[in-house]
Amino acid sequence: MAALAVALVLILLTAISAGLFWGHAGWLPVDTSAHGPGVDHELNLTLLITGLLFGAAQLGLAYAVWKYRERGDGRKAAGGRGNGRLEAVWTLAVAALFVGLIFTGYGVWAQMYLSPAPAGALRIDVQGEQFAYSFRYPGPDGRFGPIHADKIDDAGGNPWGLDRDRDADSKDDVVTATLGIPVGRPVELLLRSRDVGHSFDVRELRIQQDMLPGVEIPVHFTATRSGQYEIICTQLCGLGHYRMRAFLRVLPEADFEEWLAEQASAQ
Amino acid sequence: MAEPRAAAPLHSQAANGFLRKYVFSTDHKVIGKQYFFLALFSVFVGMILSWLMRIHLAWPKTHIPGLGVLSSAGAPGNVMTPEYYLSLLTLHGTLMIFFVLTTVPQNGLGNFFLPLQIGAREMAFPRLNMLSFWIACASLAVLLSTLFITDGPPISGWTAYPPLSAVGTAAGPGEGLGQTLWILSIAIFCIGSLLGSINFIATTLDLRTSGMDLTRLPLTCWAWFITAVMSLLSFAVLLGACVMLLLDRLGHTTFFVPGGLVLNDYVISPSSAGGSPLLWQHLFWFFGHPEVYIAILPGMGIVSHVLACFSRRPVFGYKSMVLALGVIGFLSFTVWGHHMFVSGMSPYAGLAFSALTMVIAVPSALKTFNWLATIWRGTLRLTTAMLFSIGFVSLFVAGGLTGLFLADPAVDAYLHATYFVVGHFHLVMGAAALFAVFSGTYFWAPKLFGRMLDERLGQIHFWITLGGVYCIFMPMYFMGLEGAPRRYSEFTDRFLVPLAPFNRFMTIAALITGAAQVIFMFNLIWSIFRGRKATENPWEATSLEWSGNLGARPPVVYRGPYEYSVPGEAEDYIMQDFPKVAKS
Amino acid sequence: MASRVAAFPGSKSLRDNFDPGRDGAGGGGIEHDHGGGQAPGGPIPLHTYYTGLWLVLGAIVMFFAGLTSAVVVRKGISSDWAVIALPRILFFNTLVLAASSFLLERARRQLRGLPLGKDVHLGSRLGAVLLLGLTFLVGQLGAWRDLAERGIFLATNPSSSFIYLLTGAHGFHLFGGLVAIGYAALRAPSLTASIRGRTLVDVIAIYWHFVGILWIYVLALLTLKM
Repeated sequence: MAALAVALVLILLTAISAGLFWGHAGWLPVDTSAHGPGVDHELNLTLLITGLLFGAAQLGLAYAVWKYRERGDGRKAAGGRGNGRLEAVWTLAVAALFVGLIFTGYGVWAQMYLSPAPAGALRIDVQGEQFAYSFRYPGPDGRFGPIHADKIDDAGGNPWGLDRDRDADSKDDVVTATLGIPVGRPVELLLRSRDVGHSFDVRELRIQQDMLPGVEIPVHFTATRSGQYEIICTQLCGLGHYRMRAFLRVLPEADFEEWLAEQASAQ
Repeated sequence: MAEPRAAAPLHSQAANGFLRKYVFSTDHKVIGKQYFFLALFSVFVGMILSWLMRIHLAWPKTHIPGLGVLSSAGAPGNVMTPEYYLSLLTLHGTLMIFFVLTTVPQNGLGNFFLPLQIGAREMAFPRLNMLSFWIACASLAVLLSTLFITDGPPISGWTAYPPLSAVGTAAGPGEGLGQTLWILSIAIFCIGSLLGSINFIATTLDLRTSGMDLTRLPLTCWAWFITAVMSLLSFAVLLGACVMLLLDRLGHTTFFVPGGLVLNDYVISPSSAGGSPLLWQHLFWFFGHPEVYIAILPGMGIVSHVLACFSRRPVFGYKSMVLALGVIGFLSFTVWGHHMFVSGMSPYAGLAFSALTMVIAVPSALKTFNWLATIWRGTLRLTTAMLFSIGFVSLFVAGGLTGLFLADPAVDAYLHATYFVVGHFHLVMGAAALFAVFSGTYFWAPKLFGRMLDERLGQIHFWITLGGVYCIFMPMYFMGLEGAPRRYSEFTDRFLVPLAPFNRFMTIAALITGAAQVIFMFNLIWSIFRGRKATENPWEATSLEWSGNLGARPPVVYRGPYEYSVPGEAEDYIMQDFPKVAKS
Repeated sequence: MASRVAAFPGSKSLRDNFDPGRDGAGGGGIEHDHGGGQAPGGPIPLHTYYTGLWLVLGAIVMFFAGLTSAVVVRKGISSDWAVIALPRILFFNTLVLAASSFLLERARRQLRGLPLGKDVHLGSRLGAVLLLGLTFLVGQLGAWRDLAERGIFLATNPSSSFIYLLTGAHGFHLFGGLVAIGYAALRAPSLTASIRGRTLVDVIAIYWHFVGILWIYVLALLTLKM
């Protein structure tokens, strides 16, 4: 009875999991970055391999429990202590599989992190704070103005601590609460935090990167589809962690320039 | 030898009054049980906390009667605030990791059975053993005291990343006294663990009885031994890190606090360069990754032991099982960076950690293969203990395989800090490890309490728990693929709203599964007093704890630990202390 | 239950590892210097104390390894690291500690050299070691005072944080050694040249030498420029 039940439950588990994962295309959010398909491909490949291993292990377990249950017919267990060759074959096969998997993943990682942003990428400063994001565009001069910690004043509309009167570079900096980017053009974000650890996560971009106080972490990507997406914080940052978010607006080039000009005139 | 045993037959120590015998005892069996019940209490509290969190996730505005009494600020009108959710989350993680998963498989069952299985009368340092336990108690008391202070428990999670954990109440309530007490509690726990691991290692090395060669050690003992080595090396580092974090909080040092922090428009750390939050992450995960194996390795040992006994088969590939334990133990110190792929650490380091992580998956795969091969062609006796071990293998596969996603930095950059991770570690080190503990408890109850646990109740307990944990944790994978972030008290983001039915399903599963543990508690308590008296060796097992041989003379070991179904023998098991007889 | 038979009598050496009279023996107990030796009131073979000692040292090494990595990282990443001249008294303290180690080693060797069963008088030697150890600790406090008088406190600079942290952590471990030496000094009148006595003094001496070497390491870590 118990053997049958174990076998059935394991088969059921495998079937349900397989069924749900089979339809996983509907689970992953839409992919909107140039490197995204690489990540998705890697994820799907891993899903395929682990899925097969999962099914084999669960069904094997189900079969063994059913087949080799004690039935009171006097059958004796086999006495073997192991089989070195079988173990070696299995171990080497698994090792080859896993290591192979990791090397296919390296390519995507290298594309994301090990190469510098392409020349001409749009550079945007991103700052995290409890519990909001703030973005800054360098303006026509292409240079970011210096940050003065003592001048930071959220209520007064100066989350970056800019001194627009004295610093020439700061004058044309455009500070926004929404991240607007042009579609199809490389973007480099310089991530920083001014208090505790935060993170920059846009699931549609397949990008997640912690933001740490004291360091500036660059990430670069190219968005491939216009639309509005949520930016969320995934690094526990305090009380309001769950509501720390902003919006990403991916716009056609012309719309983006118009949007940026609008933002600049509102400064 | 089939005579029924008395209820507490193994206490070798003369009674010196109640206090000496049951409270401040140096008897490893009493201490083992003390750890066991300490963990049982902790897991009960931790489970209630998870209930509260799950209810909040499914129905955020629900009144939870009595919660307001626990914390008037955290639950005004008995409705949990999102802030209090983070406090409970921190406490849940800390309790479960340290006081359950580190405590019961190793210090609880290990203390009781390591000396018995190697034929020793005691642990190497009995008084140190008692001290370890009481230090763990002190640590638990300090941790739980945070529930009863004004600001409540800290909100920085069990990983306590600075600067959130280092800058005091400026970062939120609970980050004041609560966080200080949390660090203190962990530091105390480190000391207790260090002392405990010294005892385990010395006992295994020096107190094995005659004939108990290393190649004859049960796999449980190997697992406890290797786990103790890992504890010794990793908790020492965590202790150092805790001291530094405490100094950052209390002494205003800047080990982990970068300069120029601005909280609420105030500059709170003046210096220009300052310390490194990443340094804490490195030190913490240098401990933290071995820690996950500290939680699971003893379970692996127990399951190997139980599967062999109830399959009536020798463990398949004993030597490679030992080797796999050792390799896992060693490599666990080299893979901590896979928790930090997106932390801002050098992306080149990510490549190295990723490769090592894939390598550490290989011995785990070998172990799974060997467990399957052990029951293959056996005659399986599906007792409750056996069922839980089979459940362990199933859960270990379901939880372990998803580690391959997280080991791949590019994929991890998507899945990191989502429910995918939560599902992964809950299945592989939470549910699986607890299944091993349940297995060990049903298996060893005859030795722990002198009585058998009730099999029928045990089977009911098993079925509800197995179905329950799959219903709770498997949906987390799907939520993670969808991109649902962990540590969110409310799913206010638009894309998360459609996941609400999932949350309700998981919450209902959690409530049922948790309630089913009452069956176990009832079974345990009822059986301790009223259960069927156990015979000397009810499972017909081979290792020394079943030989009842620890009288005046130590046992002598003549053979390996898993002599089941030896061809040509009349019985299908031969005990380790059964002398070899020359064949005529 | 045919397979279960009572064990055959163990080997002699094995039986000697167990003390039938251990129940109720609350310390002190009988000494068995012949055949491997016994711990007081326990079934523990004496060499286990050495095992335990090495494990303790292993844990301490890991603790300081963790702190060392912190020094390297903190020094490496920041531009705010100030070079602080160490108080002179630290070098005097070092000599004191070396002298104490030397004395303890003399005592240990003396005990080793004596035939078993002979009475020994280590009281004054151990007392001297104790005194030197205390002098070292007081000297360390003097160093802290010296720093404080120069306006250098725990949080003044990352380098001063590490000076206080490392000397403090080392002092804490050294204090543990002092307690052990104090215990041995108290026991000295009843100490005989026995396996137990040798083990006691050996274990303490190894620990004390280790703490001395640890101090040299800490000093080097604080002094060396990277």
